[in-house]
Amino acid sequence: MSAVRKDQSRFVAGIAQIGALGMFLVQILRAIPASLRHIAETARQIWFVGAMSLVIIMTCGLFVGMVLGLQLYYVLSIFGGTAALGTVVSLSLYRELGPVVTALLFAGRAGTSITAEIGLMRATDQLDAMEMMAVDPLAFVVAPRFIAGIIAMPILACVFNAMGIFGAHLVGVSWLGLDNGTFWSNMTSSVDVWKDVINGLYKSLVFGGVCTLVATFQGYTTAPTSEGVAYATTRTVVFSSIMTLAIDFVMTAFLM
Amino acid sequence: MSEPIRQEDNAAGDPLIRITGLSTVLNGKTIFDNVSLTIPRGKITAVMGPSGTGKTTLMRHITGQLDPDAGEILVDGQNVRTLDRGALFDLRERIGYLFQNSALLTDFSVFENVAFPLRQHLKLPEELVRNIVLTKLQAVGLRGASDLMPNELSGGMVRRVALARAIVRDPMLIIYDEPFVGLDPIALNQILLLIRTLNDTLGLTSILVAHELAAVRRVADQIYLIAGGKIAAHGDPETLARGETPWTRQFFSGEADGPVPFQYPAQDYAQQLGFAGTKA
Repeated sequence: MSAVRKDQSRFVAGIAQIGALGMFLVQILRAIPASLRHIAETARQIWFVGAMSLVIIMTCGLFVGMVLGLQLYYVLSIFGGTAALGTVVSLSLYRELGPVVTALLFAGRAGTSITAEIGLMRATDQLDAMEMMAVDPLAFVVAPRFIAGIIAMPILACVFNAMGIFGAHLVGVSWLGLDNGTFWSNMTSSVDVWKDVINGLYKSLVFGGVCTLVATFQGYTTAPTSEGVAYATTRTVVFSSIMTLAIDFVMTAFLM
Repeated sequence: MSEPIRQEDNAAGDPLIRITGLSTVLNGKTIFDNVSLTIPRGKITAVMGPSGTGKTTLMRHITGQLDPDAGEILVDGQNVRTLDRGALFDLRERIGYLFQNSALLTDFSVFENVAFPLRQHLKLPEELVRNIVLTKLQAVGLRGASDLMPNELSGGMVRRVALARAIVRDPMLIIYDEPFVGLDPIALNQILLLIRTLNDTLGLTSILVAHELAAVRRVADQIYLIAGGKIAAHGDPETLARGETPWTRQFFSGEADGPVPFQYPAQDYAQQLGFAGTKA
């Protein structure tokens, strides 16, 4: 009986969290006009969540592309279709792997630091101090990070895609001997800018909003203790990852 | 003992803050039970009481950070409980607040912290901002530390920076929540003088939440002693220090026995240690 009740209360708490997240999104959207006054802070956050994430995004993109190149070359060679390597790699990256893996990496690198930073601001009364100085923390702290995430994520996904294709080219052309012209010409002839590239960027925009929404929400509502901040950062990674993958499925279904 | 640094009566007629019938219950514990008090204009009012008695909570009610369960809170004629967010922010622009743990913005330098309220609300030339900030930092003795980051400061210095930030806009009301914590005797004396001078020369109103009796007696015009969810005593420092009621006697002499229990409610001591029923 108690186990059932516990499950019920967890379910209700989960629904309440989703509702609170939705309300938080509305509050952020309302605060965005006021946050435009803090354009320098937004630029600083773009640098922080975007530029500072470049190393991990480029490194992971390179290795993902290299692995894709190896695996697909092996599979395609069974059917004598290695010429399609560039096409398959680029479509995989543009449509799915680029936006999704970038979002997962973003949640782990930038999302956790956003949560920890805002959580510590909560724990040390900095957010209350802003309120007392008649400065809306949603406009000064949260909205700039939200905007920065939405701007940075598509750019990071583009970098990830570029590095991935470079990695696949390294393996397929430079290492395994695929013809360079075949690699590029098949890719450019079969990749559609609107259907493949732009749809991938739409996904990145949404994932950027989701990941920073979760990160800022977890930081803003954290219990003001060191343990609370630790739990909040963990929840950021878990919820961002789950939401990214779930939304990816829904968006893929609609954008196909 | 140091001489009181107090000025004669300069209060205007109506109080700046009038609280009526305030009742608050937090986590099942009654913090305030039908409390009423007034904070006169132009005076320094100290709010004292045992730890955990709700002094900071009272400040949070006054500034609209926390809504009580019942009661009316009028600040400069405005009912804080009925103000919308915009009106509350307008009111807060006229209030300086020194937080208990200072709450400096850790990404900003000392200078930027003090300049923060000016830059957010006033479109002043940067030269003027610089002069105002340096003036306030000079007042708290930290003009030379303006480029340091908060993590490079001692606890006492952090308090003084937070104090400079609280007074940077010369507000109508300044709330000092534990301003003397971590201050050495020299800094303490200077901060006492600063609180008094600011209050008198700029015609401000100050609320002082503090435990340091000697310091409070030197600077406060009146004291509210809060205990057990009520106003246990109220009056000028000299009168309260005479200890004419059990509350003031215990609080001002620091005795463990009295109406304020030193021990947090707990089960029987001997029983908890497992000695209950043991024969000597």
